Amino acid sequence: MDLAFTPEERAFRDEVRAFIADNYPAELRGKQDEGEELGKEDMLSWHRILYRKGWVAPAWPTEYGGPGWSATQRYIFSEELARADTIPVLPFGINMVGPVIYTFGTPAQKERFLPRILSGDDWWCQGYSEPGAGSDLASLRTRAERVGDHYVVNGQKTWTTLAQHADWGFFLVRTDPAAKPQEGISFLLIDMTSPGVTVRPIITLGGEHEVNEVWLENVKVPVENRIFEENKGWTCAKFLLAHERTGIAGVARSKRGIERLKGIARAELDDTGQPLLANPFFRRKVAELECDLTALEFTELRTLAGEASGKGPGPESSLLKVKGTEIQQRITELVLEAVGQYGAPYFRAFPEGSNESPIGPAHAHRAAPTYFNMRKTSIYGGSNEIQRNIIAKMVLGL
Amino acid sequence: MDFSFTETQGMLRDSLARYLRERYDFDSRQKMLAMPGGRDPAIWKAFAEELGILGAGFPEEHGGLGGGHVDHMVIMEELGRAIAIEPYLDTCIVGGGALLAAGGDHAATLIPGIIAGDVIIAFAWAEPKSRYNPARIETRATADGAGWTLSGHKSVVIAAPYATHVLVTARTGGASGERDGVSLFLVEAGTAGITRRDYPTVDGWMASELFFERANVGPHALLGAEGQAMGLVDELLDRATAATCAEAAGTMRRLHELTLDYAKQRQQFGQPISKFQVIQHRLVDMLMEAEQAVSMAYQATLRLDLRAAERARAVSQAKAKIAKGARFLGQSAIQIHGGIGITNELAAGHYFKRLTMLESRYGDQDHHLARLEAMMMAEAA
Ligand SMILES: Cc1cc2nc3c(=O)[nH]c(=O)nc-3n(C[C@H](O)[C@H](O)[C@H](O)COP(=O)(O)OP(=O)(O)OC[C@H]3O[C@@H](n4cnc5c(N)ncnc54)[C@H](O)[C@@H]3O)c2cc1C
Repeated sequence: MDLAFTPEERAFRDEVRAFIADNYPAELRGKQDEGEELGKEDMLSWHRILYRKGWVAPAWPTEYGGPGWSATQRYIFSEELARADTIPVLPFGINMVGPVIYTFGTPAQKERFLPRILSGDDWWCQGYSEPGAGSDLASLRTRAERVGDHYVVNGQKTWTTLAQHADWGFFLVRTDPAAKPQEGISFLLIDMTSPGVTVRPIITLGGEHEVNEVWLENVKVPVENRIFEENKGWTCAKFLLAHERTGIAGVARSKRGIERLKGIARAELDDTGQPLLANPFFRRKVAELECDLTALEFTELRTLAGEASGKGPGPESSLLKVKGTEIQQRITELVLEAVGQYGAPYFRAFPEGSNESPIGPAHAHRAAPTYFNMRKTSIYGGSNEIQRNIIAKMVLGL
Repeated sequence: MDFSFTETQGMLRDSLARYLRERYDFDSRQKMLAMPGGRDPAIWKAFAEELGILGAGFPEEHGGLGGGHVDHMVIMEELGRAIAIEPYLDTCIVGGGALLAAGGDHAATLIPGIIAGDVIIAFAWAEPKSRYNPARIETRATADGAGWTLSGHKSVVIAAPYATHVLVTARTGGASGERDGVSLFLVEAGTAGITRRDYPTVDGWMASELFFERANVGPHALLGAEGQAMGLVDELLDRATAATCAEAAGTMRRLHELTLDYAKQRQQFGQPISKFQVIQHRLVDMLMEAEQAVSMAYQATLRLDLRAAERARAVSQAKAKIAKGARFLGQSAIQIHGGIGITNELAAGHYFKRLTMLESRYGDQDHHLARLEAMMMAEAA
């Protein structure tokens, strides 16, 4: 056992670090720390820079445009991105539909879609959840009927993240209503500009427009946009869920989050006028949180070592998801505690571009909305209850 | 021992509850938030004229109903159930309490105005660097002829955008953190030299930063003895905290009901999610927190007239307990709702936001535990 990286790995880390320092767009720096809402071009700018370097899809096989890195290199890369607080590359194309297409797609589908996912020319959204089908995804009801060389799709999807920007969506639809729930589902790629697709915003607790309803009314989808066999879409979905969970621990981002929390607690004063970070109650909570994060980090490293020696990501990823999200949420709790009364003013209601003097310290502006928003992490990507069910079943055999 | 309410208190609760059910449902509240000024002033008027509740805690000689802390508690619980954005705590409990303590002309002229719904009082005690300690203030009042000149910055003053009067703490002596030298003033909102920066809060209220720039007020603005206000300020803050506990208890009970209803109705895997044992236990734990919050609100309220140290212990125990329980209950409610819980479309999310703010209003869990620990240290010494 050895904690140190090899000289090659260290050299790789330095290369990544230097690249980020030299190329990360100055105007994006720090935006995330303040939790500002990012526009489409913000989110794409960094994606395109990584694409030009050949680093946008670390996990993809080289034949499709991946860099051919080891699991450790991928880990180092994601650590460095978080350390520099870069804007995360959106998962829907690179981490989700891309791997499904190169694993299950036809050569024509690969050729058509993969390059545009890499380049960022197509923005993807995920159309799985429905009003009646959340945790129980297999009960989904959106219907696709085969008519000649296309499907006619009718139904409603919901919680579709950033669909307002999307060019394409990957959808789970029911093609055989008579079959058992998991067996009558197909995986369709739908052009979001098709007639009959309507995207409606859902506003979340902090006032953000992050998720949407997507209505599908007699949407014609060419059969060639189906991935894998008809009624075998659940296979793609299960494969994708495993992909969605890797990296979900968010260790590096949480490290950064704790550093930021400490910075805030150094600037804020407690009831006696000393820095909050020196306050015995507060500093103990931060110390405890750091213990939790270290435990998670080494659990993830052990999983990673397992993967490097050939074991695929197993149900352990559920553990990483539960603990990772609890820590992410705890950080936002403590930030909100730290800013005290200045957590109350609601800034999104202020007119755009208003140049009035700010209220309270800048680090307080988004504390409450971010705390509200982060409640989502224990709900999406398989809720933490569902993750515990998975561990009970798959790990404990219950 | 008797935990029953008087007939008047029962009527107070029933009439307010009915009014809020009919006129203050979630959709109506949403419409109020969207109005210019962020609220519907007609509601406050109706509290005075239709319901006649604004006098609940005032003595009959001032035109009130002669009630006390328990009446306030009943009203706050109901306001909490509706997550109402009405300044009862600020105006009737804190403002009214200060006026009754001061007595004299002030009380005689302003209390009838409060009861009639014409006078609204905001309480400006916190400052950018005070955190939850009311003595850590830098706003100054200097004697100026017969009156006073106030200079300083008061932060997150709830209800200030529409208040007619502001109750302000300011130093007439001493340095930030010292208890001696703090004085209490009641000033008219329109006084020259006071500027406001108004804004909405994340839980739907309106608040202001108040800037006093050599604001001149008359001699009558000073309430009580110069430099000796901390005893009264502590008492007012303890009452406000107890009232906040009652409000939180009402909010918690309602959010628990909303979550229970949702869990019974939401189907996943062919059954209501309320059938999953992990959800059942979470709903049970939420209920236990809500019930303990109600108990703690009673406990604090019934001890408000004890000696300062005993009062402080009762209130801080209640607030520390409720701050923790409110967080657990609010987070659990969102979790059980799933995705729909994090939207602005459902009432549950708004209850969660309000509870989050109530957690730290008049001091968070750490503040109140520290207060209790300080008393313990004194015993140990
Ligand atoms: C911000 C956000 C973004 C999202 N983005 C997308 C997206 O881009 N595309 C997409 O398709 N979906 C997306 N989702 C949807 C997400 O995947 C669902 O919210 C999630 O699957 C939970 O479903 P639900 O919200 O319907 O909750 P429900 O399934 O109704 O769950 C409600 C509660 O019941 C619990 N529960 C359910 N079943 C069980 C059980 N068997 N045992 C114990 N407890 C149980 C849950 O854990 C939860 O606490 C997003 C959600 C959010 C909040």
